[in-house]
Amino acid sequence: MSDQHFLRVEGLTKHYGTNAVVKGVSFDFSKGEFISLLGPSGCGKTTILRMIAGFETPSSGTIQVDGEDITALRPNQRRLGMVFQAYALFPNLTVGDNIGFGLKVAGLGREQRRARVEEMLKLIGLPGFEKRFPYEMSGGQQQRVALARAIAPRPRLLLLDEPLSALDAKIRVSLREEIRAIQRELGITTVFVTHDQEEALSISDRIVVMNAGNIEQLGTPHDIYNRPSTRFAATFVGHLNTLPAASFGPDRAIRPELISLTQRPDTDTTLSGIVSDIGFMGSVLRLKVDVADVRLSIDTFNANSTPPQRGDAVTLHLASRDVLALGA
Amino acid sequence: MKPRKFWPWLVFTLGAAYFLVPLIATFEFSLKMRRGYYSFDSYGSVFSDPAFQATFAYSALIGVFAIVVGIVVVVPAVYFVRLRLPHLRPLMEFITLLPLIIPAIVLVYGYIRLYNSSSIVPFTGSALGTDILLICGYVTLAMPYMYRAVDTGMRAIDVKTLTEAAQIMGADTLRIITSIILPNILVAVLSGAFLTFAIVIGEFTIASLLNRPAFGPYLQNIGANRAYEPSALAIISFIITWGAMGMIQLLARFAPRSAPVTD
Ligand SMILES: Nc1ncnc2c1ncn2[C@@H]1O[C@H](COP(=O)(O)OP(=O)(O)OP(=O)(O)O)[C@@H](O)[C@H]1O
Ligand SMILES: [Mg+2]
Repeated sequence: MSDQHFLRVEGLTKHYGTNAVVKGVSFDFSKGEFISLLGPSGCGKTTILRMIAGFETPSSGTIQVDGEDITALRPNQRRLGMVFQAYALFPNLTVGDNIGFGLKVAGLGREQRRARVEEMLKLIGLPGFEKRFPYEMSGGQQQRVALARAIAPRPRLLLLDEPLSALDAKIRVSLREEIRAIQRELGITTVFVTHDQEEALSISDRIVVMNAGNIEQLGTPHDIYNRPSTRFAATFVGHLNTLPAASFGPDRAIRPELISLTQRPDTDTTLSGIVSDIGFMGSVLRLKVDVADVRLSIDTFNANSTPPQRGDAVTLHLASRDVLALGA
Repeated sequence: MKPRKFWPWLVFTLGAAYFLVPLIATFEFSLKMRRGYYSFDSYGSVFSDPAFQATFAYSALIGVFAIVVGIVVVVPAVYFVRLRLPHLRPLMEFITLLPLIIPAIVLVYGYIRLYNSSSIVPFTGSALGTDILLICGYVTLAMPYMYRAVDTGMRAIDVKTLTEAAQIMGADTLRIITSIILPNILVAVLSGAFLTFAIVIGEFTIASLLNRPAFGPYLQNIGANRAYEPSALAIISFIITWGAMGMIQLLARFAPRSAPVTD
């Protein structure tokens, strides 16, 4: 089996009663890819992940992993790994036994298990923690153990359902980078569910942007941010300014960081407006500028010069090739 | 004493007296076997009675079996209802309350009619069969307590997510129940077990009507024929029951400290 088409989902649907929550989703990923399912609450991300895991039965469609159709297999026959939002470590088992659980189920001997557990603890940066119990660990540590537990039996696929959302902001960022680094090191194909667009953009090879049970766009983070193919994808991922229809035509928009207060080599359009608000966010200044009948958001790097004041008249520069036409 | 606390204290004292006075009186009486001064003679007489030892051992053994059968029946039932059929929980609640509503005598007459020696399943035809029937009866009697204990235990853990976490790592249902669910609700199960034991040790109706040499009928027999020993036995029964309750309290301290449940 080649590395392409490693995870293949075709025409996946799920109904709860008459309510369709996943409406014919298809995608095809290569071995080793890090894929994010991104979308607002209730769009069906978790449902798709749970169908891949085998916890929900699809109403129709197929799921293939490495050329094998797993749609009809039970979760314990699929050889996948999963990390849950609520950690779900076994409270009665030590960290070492938690990580070794899948290995024990697979019938590995004590010595092999111990070696693999030790290797996993080293990988997640918690060497020597095997005797601890889950309640003796912080949330971030527990989630790392949950990750180690999921990958210890060498699953074909790693599934993560919002694994970071119960953690505080700082740990969230460091742990997501750690997850990504471990994923790269092991080359394990990973499906990561999140509703946080920044999270998806920062760690994914490709992103599936979902809305109301459908795929809106599937592409690299760069593509999705710079060339959103639907209005939903454009507005859900990143901030977006709708430009005044009078001068640009209807449904034209631009990212806040592509408007500058000074001329750039590529800018060819100017707008004048009045500064109505200034937000200082450390490295970035976020200005609100009223232009004609709309209020634009503008992000500029914080240079060490006096920023504009509220009420100042400013000229905005932008490049017409940065203007996005929002389709349907 | 602050006046505000007067009434609560009064009610408490009356309540305590209601329970304690007969107990103290019984205890006092049990010490009076030897004329003129207090002694533990009646206790000595009880403990040295071979019938006491035999019936107590019999009931204890039946109790252990009732506990094992109860756990094997209740734990998977509660587990599957929580996991797969949560809408059946009210029905479970109701069914497990029935043994409190239906008198034991009705239950045992039902057994005797259904399983008498001329029926298709003649359990009462042999001593072993009758013992099995007795155990089943006790499992039923203890069901309200066992069910509630186990259900409370399972409420404290995230059964669904723990099950899924184990499943995705390849575990089958038997392994999930024995190595994940049961250890995490062990304290609850043990408290159910001690309640079962306390019920079995003192039970009279079923054991007597099935004509088994259990502790309950022995108590009744002594009570009808001796003077001081019944009081001693009453105190011993109390101590056993309280011991069982005390164990439950003690075990609660060892409840596995789990991460907060999020669901
Ligand atoms: N067991 C169920 N029965 C009925 N409806 C369900 C069930 N599970 C999920 N749904 C519905 O399916 C839809 C999709 O749910 P899902 O959990 O997949 O959303 P999600 O994209 O993961 O959202 P979130 O970001 O909030 O986790 C929701 O509208 C939800 O109400
Ligand atoms: Mg979800």
